[in-house]
Amino acid sequence: MRYIEEFRQGAVAAKIVERLRAYVSRPVNLMEVCGTHTVSIFRHGIRSLLPRSVTMLSGPGCPVCVTANADLDKAIALAEIPGIILATFGDMFKVPASRSSLREAKAEGADVRLVYSTLDALEIARANPQRQVVFFAVGFETTAPTIACSILEAEREGIGNFSIVSVHKLIPPAIKALLDGEEVRIDGFLLPGHVSTIIGSRPYEFIPGGYGVACAIAGFEPLDILGGIEMLLRQIADGEVRVEIGYRRAVRREGNPLALEQMYRVFEVCDAEWRGLGVIPDSGLRLRREYEGFDAERRFDVNTPPPREHPACRCGEVLRGVTSPPECPLFARACTPERPIGPCMVSVEGSCAAWYQYGGP
Amino acid sequence: MKHDRILLAHGSGGKLSHELVEKLFLPPFDNPILSRLDDAAVFSLSPIAHRLSLGEVSSDKRSAISDMTRLAFTTDSYVVKPLFFCGGDIGRLAVCGTVNDLSMVGATPLYISAAFVIEEGFPLKDLERVVASMRKAAMEARVLIVAGDTKVVERGSADGMFLNTTGVGVVPVGVEISGGNAQVGDVVILSGPIGDHGIVVLSEREGLGFETDLRSDIAPLNHLVSAMLQASLRIHVLRDPTRGGLATILNEIAAQSKVGIRIEEGRIPVRDAVRAACEMLGYDPLYVANEGKLVAIVAPEDASSVLAAMRRTCYGEEAVVIGEVVAEPPGRVLMKTGIGGTRIVDMLVGEMLPRIC
Repeated sequence: MRYIEEFRQGAVAAKIVERLRAYVSRPVNLMEVCGTHTVSIFRHGIRSLLPRSVTMLSGPGCPVCVTANADLDKAIALAEIPGIILATFGDMFKVPASRSSLREAKAEGADVRLVYSTLDALEIARANPQRQVVFFAVGFETTAPTIACSILEAEREGIGNFSIVSVHKLIPPAIKALLDGEEVRIDGFLLPGHVSTIIGSRPYEFIPGGYGVACAIAGFEPLDILGGIEMLLRQIADGEVRVEIGYRRAVRREGNPLALEQMYRVFEVCDAEWRGLGVIPDSGLRLRREYEGFDAERRFDVNTPPPREHPACRCGEVLRGVTSPPECPLFARACTPERPIGPCMVSVEGSCAAWYQYGGP
Repeated sequence: MKHDRILLAHGSGGKLSHELVEKLFLPPFDNPILSRLDDAAVFSLSPIAHRLSLGEVSSDKRSAISDMTRLAFTTDSYVVKPLFFCGGDIGRLAVCGTVNDLSMVGATPLYISAAFVIEEGFPLKDLERVVASMRKAAMEARVLIVAGDTKVVERGSADGMFLNTTGVGVVPVGVEISGGNAQVGDVVILSGPIGDHGIVVLSEREGLGFETDLRSDIAPLNHLVSAMLQASLRIHVLRDPTRGGLATILNEIAAQSKVGIRIEEGRIPVRDAVRAACEMLGYDPLYVANEGKLVAIVAPEDASSVLAAMRRTCYGEEAVVIGEVVAEPPGRVLMKTGIGGTRIVDMLVGEMLPRIC
């Protein structure tokens, strides 16, 4: 099957794995930023094929995991307003916030709808003109352009009952915050394939340039990932670091100009609070003034008490690559996918959920 | 159990569903027939057998009932949405689902009951369509629908309609099939490609509009099981991978039999359309529901004759060996991936939700 089978060939994988061993002379830490990479690495059994001296760290590239409790509390409060339909991506549904979750709010009668894309949420707004539809806009640069499109469409059609809570986040500033935090040595980044389809490779050039860390943008098939890891190890071995594009079939240096144009027409950069990383300057997106009418927090009166997090939850450390999920004292004991304490255990792309589902006893 | 309310995940066939059964339903109803937790209950109809199950008579009387005819008995409720989809509908699903639960304990299905809970306002012609579909499925399976019930509820209470079927069958002498019977060295056979039903229902329900000729695989498997039992009585386990998918039932069997199961990803058949849909949504076909497939765990000496019998029979033409039963690690399912790595395959946790980016 096109684009899938070619990138899963066992014989090619075996050759790459063989070559990997030649590159590694000392212990090396590679961070896979994106949650989908973490899952793919587990799903294809890649950990079992890597040389022992290569350690894969999971990073903060899980949009659900890095959404702050304060933001999720607001979404829940909006859902609880009678008459509002709160539309959300499926993963966000189960995440425990300060006091509740969207799933519990729905079980208690709130109208929470799971959607695959914002355009579905817009469709719900068209179909229910007498109700207000609020979309909880979680995501990185991959999804932000589609949300921008939905806002532009709503404006064009005069859809007055649609609004969003924008908690979009940008990946490069988060990587910078990790590097500046200096908590864990990272020798190379396996960069997210789909974010890079939108933003290209240029925004990452500060990483090798300013910090001397290797970078490879990789797709999600096993050969993409093994190929990306090989690029990183070769850069490190040769002492020549740069941003390499492994995912050539989807990523160009300049990214996707049309998507970027749409995104920045509707949104502008702002500071954002990341769970586990705190407030990172210029790392989020908010609606521009001319589109403020679509901001649900302006349209509705939402007061939430101060957010709180479970005191023993170590999601923040997991997101920064400082702690691996099995090292968290709550992992698989008090915190499981059925009874999660933190978002890393909830999201399909969360590190803890991936370790729990695939990591074994 | 931490939750104080029922969540959607309690019905998805994965860990929460199992927990609900084991912690909330099993203890109050506790009896040796139920606690086997197979797809159907198996028992003899005599008074002594009944008293044995009630614990009123000591178990050394067990030999007195060992030659008696055993019945299999099962029930299931169908709440599928949408009611009609490519390749089937709630009616066909209900009849085949119950026929299959009986078949999975090796029983010959005989009689079915059907209880309808219908929403006020439901179009009569749709009800006729469902009933026609049930008749067709029953005829194919050679079962009779002999009892029924109808209730009407207020608009909005039933998603159109809910259907419950209960089925009864006879277990032939010499057939001992149960989730706890897998032995080290047994061969694991899968009857055909996985994921068809779940993907079809999901795409129609959500209007995902995949352009594909994929159809639900709903099918009555009793004739297939009958052909398999004619080839060998050393079929130790049969299970159909419905909600929760192949991964979940293999885990159930590994836990019930206290064995390990090793499978090979490269051997598991998945149709291109299913694979493509799963890739887009971020789903793993191992966890997607099937309604016309079965897994058989067979003594190694008889595996090839069972496989041959399957391939000669309708709904078994694409049967393949996908793995084997091992001693270690007990209760775990391991898979050799397409690229030669090894990974753990766990039960489905919660519901499958599509990824965001």
